[in-house]
Amino acid sequence: MKIKKSLAISDTGFVFDPSTGDSYTLNPTALEIIQLLKKDHSPEQISEIITQKYDVDESAFERYFYDFIGMLKQMQLVAPDEE
Amino acid sequence: MKSKTLNIAISGLNNVDSPGPGIPVIRGIRESNKFESRIIGLAYENLEPGPYMHDFVDKTYKVPYPSEGVESLMERISYIHNRENIDVLIPNFDSEIFVFIKLADRLKEMGIHTFLPTLQQFEERHKSNLPAFGKKHGIKVPDSYPVTSASEIFDLKKDQKVDYPLVIKGIFYDAFIAGNSEQAAIYFNKISAKWGLPVVVQQFVKGTEVNVVALGDGTGKTVGAVPMRKQYITDKGKAWGGITLDDPGMIDYTHKLIASTKWRGGMELELIRTADNELFLIEINPRLPAWVYLAVAAGQNLPEAMIQLATGENVSPFTDFAIGKIFIRYSFDMICSMDEFQKLSTTGEL
Repeated sequence: MKIKKSLAISDTGFVFDPSTGDSYTLNPTALEIIQLLKKDHSPEQISEIITQKYDVDESAFERYFYDFIGMLKQMQLVAPDEE
Repeated sequence: MKSKTLNIAISGLNNVDSPGPGIPVIRGIRESNKFESRIIGLAYENLEPGPYMHDFVDKTYKVPYPSEGVESLMERISYIHNRENIDVLIPNFDSEIFVFIKLADRLKEMGIHTFLPTLQQFEERHKSNLPAFGKKHGIKVPDSYPVTSASEIFDLKKDQKVDYPLVIKGIFYDAFIAGNSEQAAIYFNKISAKWGLPVVVQQFVKGTEVNVVALGDGTGKTVGAVPMRKQYITDKGKAWGGITLDDPGMIDYTHKLIASTKWRGGMELELIRTADNELFLIEINPRLPAWVYLAVAAGQNLPEAMIQLATGENVSPFTDFAIGKIFIRYSFDMICSMDEFQKLSTTGEL
């Protein structure tokens, strides 16, 4: 799973897609996940990091994670070969 | 280093909710570091805001509508030229471009330069000629048909040449999406009453509207091109906010189109990007658009380059622009004196 290379992501959670002109605002958790995705972490690695850091079990996180990934795909924020 | 002052006549000063490009073009020219400018406004109506915007327009003259005839317009331009010694004239309305193309040689003899498309370029990109234009230049365009009666739209549907939704367009301005035959007839009547015939029926293409402002030098070279997506659209379909895009595909598309047409002058491409990432050309406006100042702010002063080309200077093509630059239009109430309004109304000059 790779995020579009051209996406500009600010520390405050503002995401700008320069190819479409669309912009989005992320909550802190989503920002953390998207930054991990940008660093090429696998879903398993992200799950481990988040479940250790926050009070959430693996299966609940997985559900939310793939829901979030689905949203990224729908918004075409995922690299084309990953869609 | 500004070496000279150019007297530049500009129309399209109706900086209203559906704005003409005059004031944004002037903003670009005013920011030139190549030349000084004296701006001579050409106004059609007493309440166009431009004549009262003295930071942008130095002197305004009322001119007759092109529909009143070429000779009366030419007579008025000669009058203005005798007083102002016009170096360059930039018409900014679709409806006057044709007349000024026709007058270009006569204007040149008087020493007035223009930088307009050729008559052939102007004619072949007409909404009603779009399918042939697309075929000739190898670009995708939606099926379009010029019609002179509402029943022709019904026949097109019956013959399965088009299907609803359809876009019903005026020859110069206005477009409405019709979802059925009743709406198509209503929009046909509305548009034909306002803009005359033919009315253009275009197959609706689903996708995101994106636009490019560009300048061609007339030899096939693109002097500059900036793609934009409208972020906020008014009920008249005009951009009230927009953003420059990082879209090499649109730039490449524009370069190919200008190379193929050898386009001379400013242009605005109206495109639809489909979900499959295909670009459909829905319209070419043969002039710089009202949002051209976004290109200036993004690093491509296309109005300045157009003036340089008009006066025979060599212009190096722009190679870059700022991505993610946003414009937000706003309205502003100018307070003007009755004296000024009276002067423009009665003497035709301000």
